[in-house]
Amino acid sequence: MKEFSSSHHPLLQHLFRSEYNKMTAVLCRHFGLQQMQLAEDLVSETFLKAVETWNRSGVPENPAAWLYTVASNKTKDYLKRAKTFETKIAEALKTEEQQETDIFFTEQHISDSQLAMIFAICDPVNSAESQVCLALQALCGFSVEEIANAFLTGKETIKKRLLRARAKLRNDQFKIVSMSDTVIQSRLDVVLTTLYLLFNEGYFSKTYDQMIRKDLCLEAIRLTLILTQHASTNTTSVNALLALMCYQSSRLDARTNDEGETVLFEQQDKGLWDQDLIDKGNYYLVNACSGNEVSKYHLEAGIAYWHIAPENERKWEYILQLYNELIVMEYSAVTALNRTFAFAKVYGYEQGRVEAEKLGLEGNSAYHALLGYLYASTSLSMAVKHYDAAIALVTSAAERRTLLREKELLEKAASQ
Amino acid sequence: MKEFMLIFRVDDVAHCKPTPEQMQERMNWLASIASRNKLADKGNALLPDTDSAKTVRPGNVVTDGPFTETKEFIAGYVIVKTEDIDEAVAIAKENPIFKLNGNIEVREVSKRKYN
Repeated sequence: MKEFSSSHHPLLQHLFRSEYNKMTAVLCRHFGLQQMQLAEDLVSETFLKAVETWNRSGVPENPAAWLYTVASNKTKDYLKRAKTFETKIAEALKTEEQQETDIFFTEQHISDSQLAMIFAICDPVNSAESQVCLALQALCGFSVEEIANAFLTGKETIKKRLLRARAKLRNDQFKIVSMSDTVIQSRLDVVLTTLYLLFNEGYFSKTYDQMIRKDLCLEAIRLTLILTQHASTNTTSVNALLALMCYQSSRLDARTNDEGETVLFEQQDKGLWDQDLIDKGNYYLVNACSGNEVSKYHLEAGIAYWHIAPENERKWEYILQLYNELIVMEYSAVTALNRTFAFAKVYGYEQGRVEAEKLGLEGNSAYHALLGYLYASTSLSMAVKHYDAAIALVTSAAERRTLLREKELLEKAASQ
Repeated sequence: MKEFMLIFRVDDVAHCKPTPEQMQERMNWLASIASRNKLADKGNALLPDTDSAKTVRPGNVVTDGPFTETKEFIAGYVIVKTEDIDEAVAIAKENPIFKLNGNIEVREVSKRKYN
């Protein structure tokens, strides 16, 4: 694949981010998913031409429209030129029942194409992890290097993963052109899971780079927003997921300090919370509650809401009730630990500790961190023992520093 | 892992309409099992009212309400997945039903080979 480097031109860099995925989506929808590579090559060539032309004769008045026209012409030229048209593409077109020959970059067409691309990329033939990688590349215009940085993985690993995922996608014959409501409904859960993971990849990222984390979170929000803009995908679960993303993102700046360490919730500066995103979260949560459906996104959005809601003496009771429902719906170690923390907040640390020790997550660093926290007021030796276990198990350097600091504070307080 | 059904029995219809506090206690218990990843099926409550419960007997005899010959009646069930019956019994012991003088029958589930 030809990778376009936009680093030398700030305007182009911006346009690349905002337009690349729109244009590839429209072209992919035109050619069919089997020709994804072709679509991406045509768009990359368009950007290369922009670099040449704009350096020579200046930036046009409407750069996006310029890009659309060039991409459209390049596609027409390609179709005329290609000797293989009769055999290869015509066949691909036939299987995709594609009739139109003109490429349109209207707002509606772009939006429909992007929606179709989201559904094409989130294909259960690929693992959830591969889907997230592919989404970053094909839907968000991330380079292999940027994805590797986000996952703290080598470029080669990501490259291989993407190649495999693309090959599987080509063989799956997903009809991106004629996407019916039935197809949408049957795949919506997979799409939501992938967007949820994409968001979490940013929010709980292994990288300390705040820019990458924010980018991932904002991209996940942008894609989920596209789902809310189409009647067939504007479900209550989609709104709940978007509300969750807005609430979580509102705390992005507050939950990491200048050294990249995690700031515990109770120590966060609420002044750094983004009120605009909180308001948006409230808006989508209201939309999410218009039906009878309660998805895990509803529960998680509810939990996020209570965390940032104005002080309420029953706050932790509400959070515990939501965690109770969430853990009964779907087990995960993280939910189990968070639920136990909420339990301790309602019934006291002593009962919370008893509840925590039933979890049996001895190999989990967060489990020991929670026990260290719950033991802190009753048994210094037990608290230190668990903090040490957590520090030995933790893999992220920033989290290790956070745990070491907690342990030091504890020991300092005890020696006074 | 084996599966055990915990069958709840109480002797008073009033216990089937729990207060918010009782609801919270029951939900805490259920979530506590789920937190250990030992919940196989969150089960259901079984309503005891005349409109919701009948007992059918030989000779075409239908009576109102649940089977009450043992004085107690079944109010609901959940299914847990544990190593052995002792662990299932330990989970049952944590249930708040005993405050209401109810009891829990623990029974291993033998899955049908064919559906």
